[in-house]
Amino acid sequence: MNETNQIITFKINDLDVSAAAGQTILDVAREHGIGIPTLCFLKGLTPIGACRLCLVEIKGQSKLLPACVTRAAEGMEVITHSPRLQEYRKTIIELLFAERNHVCAVCVSNNHCELQDKARALGVTHIRVPYRYPRLQVDASHMRFSADHNRCILCARCVRVCDEIEGAHTWDVMGRGIDCRVITDMNQPWGSSDTCTSCGKCVHVCPTGTLTEKGVAAAEMKKRGQFLPYLTAMRGTKS
Amino acid sequence: MSAKIRLATVWLDGCSGCHMSMLDMDERLLDIADKIELVSSPLMDVKGFPENIDLTIIEGAITNEEDLHKVLGFRKNTKLLMALGDCAVTSNVPGMRNTFSIDELRSRAYIENASAEQQMPDAVVPPLLSRTRPIHEVVNVDIYVPGCPPHADIIFYAISELLAGRMPDPAQMGKFG
Repeated sequence: MNETNQIITFKINDLDVSAAAGQTILDVAREHGIGIPTLCFLKGLTPIGACRLCLVEIKGQSKLLPACVTRAAEGMEVITHSPRLQEYRKTIIELLFAERNHVCAVCVSNNHCELQDKARALGVTHIRVPYRYPRLQVDASHMRFSADHNRCILCARCVRVCDEIEGAHTWDVMGRGIDCRVITDMNQPWGSSDTCTSCGKCVHVCPTGTLTEKGVAAAEMKKRGQFLPYLTAMRGTKS
Repeated sequence: MSAKIRLATVWLDGCSGCHMSMLDMDERLLDIADKIELVSSPLMDVKGFPENIDLTIIEGAITNEEDLHKVLGFRKNTKLLMALGDCAVTSNVPGMRNTFSIDELRSRAYIENASAEQQMPDAVVPPLLSRTRPIHEVVNVDIYVPGCPPHADIIFYAISELLAGRMPDPAQMGKFG
């Protein structure tokens, strides 16, 4: 599981904890029941630190570090919750809402959405940054699924599950900054993809109403991500 | 409570579902009715802005010049302002027009989709603002009540707290968005 059997000790919020060398801060925090909010992280997929929701403070360092990809080190003193972190996390959620057109009321994932859940948990009451209202496409070319880019938060769970679990690597990421998009194959309609196996794993790890099954109406799309821990366990733990 | 609370409710760019949800408070409306004086509402025919309003509840987003006029007028005359429902809080469905230009919208509504009398209106219909906006982007909002529509229980909770002299707890407002 880990490269060595070395045990390290460090502190999370003044709590003395021990961990196997190589474990991430997020991993150890969760083992000790300390909840650090995450959005792009999904157990069973390689963590990438994309959403920045899990940023933590480490004493003696001016930079905040993402707990999902930062390995714990001997003597480290981690702070997972502070007014500054709370404010940053809330702002991250607000920026995600402002970046695209979520329009929750008419979304198939309304009430079953990880972005909405995080907004509520972090006390978001309104979006303090100006909405961008970009004009984005819906790709409904696949026979069974559709991709609504208005609701994508670029967590890249679809990219990772397709590559790491299904082994198809149909999904990838194109462009930078506000032009960034998830794409299928060479940025072609999903329905014309030669590599997609139509397994639906991407749909069920997607945290929002971006990737969905067809034929569901507002608030009807419930994701079933339970397959992932099972599949990773059967294949031997990767991380 | 001795003096009655002066309450106004306003309907901007929304479907009136939030006002319907207010009516869904059912018999609890009678409890509230004893404690308030309704000074302006889509349910009444009041011109202009009443003065010294204690609480103004706004449904809908700000989409045209009339909405803007109303929201500025009510803000000037009210102590507390509540954004009620997703359109008021996030711009919601009315805001979906913001990805299109006003020319595109007007052409779609009055020319392409008109089966007769294809013409652009030049009177009566208030001009559209360049964007549909949530209330807090234009004036200060004191209380946010999300939902499409917010459940009657949540509206009752928010109004009851205010009538009792307390600010409602945002954590009791249900989901966001």
